[in-house]
Amino acid sequence: MTVSTIAGVDVDLNDEGFLTDPSQWTEDVAVELARAEGIEPLTERHWEVIRFMRAEYEAKGTGPTVRMLGKTSGVPVKELYQLFPKGPAKLAARIAGIPKPRGCI
Amino acid sequence: MHRIVILGGGTGGTLAANRLRRGYTSDEASITVVDQDDVHVYQPGLLFVPFGLTHPEDIVRPRGRQLRAGIDYRTTGVDRVEAADRTVVLTDGSSLPYDVLVVATGAVLAPEETEGLTGAGWMERVFTFYTREGAAGLERALDAFDGGRLVVNVVDLPIKCPVAPLEFCFLADWFLRERGVRDRVELTYVTPLDGAFTKPVASERLGGMLAERDIDLVTEFNTGEVDGTGGRLVSFDDRVVPFDLAVVVPAHSGAPCIARSDGLGDELGFVATDEHTLRSSAFPEVFVLGDAAALPISKAGSVTHFEGEVLVENVRRHLAGEPLDASYDGHANCFIETGFHKAMLIDFNYDTEPLPGHFPSDVGLPLLKESHLNHLGKLLFQWVYWHSLLPGRDLPGVHSTMPRRGKHRPTTASQEDAP
Repeated sequence: MTVSTIAGVDVDLNDEGFLTDPSQWTEDVAVELARAEGIEPLTERHWEVIRFMRAEYEAKGTGPTVRMLGKTSGVPVKELYQLFPKGPAKLAARIAGIPKPRGCI
Repeated sequence: MHRIVILGGGTGGTLAANRLRRGYTSDEASITVVDQDDVHVYQPGLLFVPFGLTHPEDIVRPRGRQLRAGIDYRTTGVDRVEAADRTVVLTDGSSLPYDVLVVATGAVLAPEETEGLTGAGWMERVFTFYTREGAAGLERALDAFDGGRLVVNVVDLPIKCPVAPLEFCFLADWFLRERGVRDRVELTYVTPLDGAFTKPVASERLGGMLAERDIDLVTEFNTGEVDGTGGRLVSFDDRVVPFDLAVVVPAHSGAPCIARSDGLGDELGFVATDEHTLRSSAFPEVFVLGDAAALPISKAGSVTHFEGEVLVENVRRHLAGEPLDASYDGHANCFIETGFHKAMLIDFNYDTEPLPGHFPSDVGLPLLKESHLNHLGKLLFQWVYWHSLLPGRDLPGVHSTMPRRGKHRPTTASQEDAP
């Protein structure tokens, strides 16, 4: 775990670059994290997903998977991949400042 | 008298009913099991059907016959659970009130969620071996397959028995070598995970075994479309994997009756469940076991078996007004067929990933290592399933909590959990 200063805020990051304490997150942190992933600017549609991720995490203690996002966020899976290329659940979780969605095995 | 209603006459419902029936006289509790049909499939057997190693008719028995005397078995669909009123509404219009409900409704395949999957080419060049019909169709297709691109694809997790698609790859490699056509086949495993398996030590070992067998591994592939006409898997981020024959494990959902029950299921129709007590997170008189539960552990028969002991104890404690036993640790134990009359064994739980060593102690079956003994174990298991596991007997030397003895963590492996 490392401490980084992002958008003027000290945040704790794990080895994979996820915030370990979601309460350290601010909207400016999200903008910086997104820029580091090549996503710029964050559109209203991005924010819709980011806010949804944070609300789900607060309610359930884990972020949703892509399939759950597609069913419940109001953003279709295809579009999720356009907004957050490669892995929407993982990438959106990182930008939303919540832990990586827990994998099922 | 306590009224215990069990939804589902599969692995979980059957072993729970039999264990509970032994625990209560018929004056103390009535036990009713509901399932929509009377066909109990030994699901681990499905893997062997495409290779002619078993036949669909050899892996089924009537559900009712697996239940002890004194258990009321109803063959009817479940419309919904009205958990606030402690009532199950059946599709024939009648109702079953309960004091305790055990949900063991399993998982269903949702191929319709993937564009094109059940369209052109379905059951012709696109198959799943997760149903008897699919497995039988695939046997015919593999028999006629003399060369080309054979692709094995997992659409999304969770799935039942997450090692089964890997086992399919290993068995296909063996089958094609035996037939002398392996050098004319490109065999590819396409997964949404970032490696062959979810946990790092096993993922590395299984990834190595794919490479040794010249099976290509395509990772982080989230299947958006199966184009049966063009012979292409297309991912949501527009990557393409061409195929001549595709073996697809569709996305899974919970049983439809769960989705119709207010407050019981999550977005995918699985039941939110306490990880250690197996009680529903929403309703204190509802307990859940097996594939129906939304738990962070494999959907597998061994998990259901290990859960059974805790679940039955907690039904008893709930009815007696005692605090619940929170001892279920996520124990899972899976044989992985690797072909050439060999198999591996993995043993793990919520906190401990599959590690090398031996099971159940320092002496026993080798873990994360191919051996003939493990293959014999897997074959023997079908007998154990019908004669010992479903009747709800304890298996000698095998406990519901994971044994720590006999396991060794390799020093080089990462401790970090993979997605």
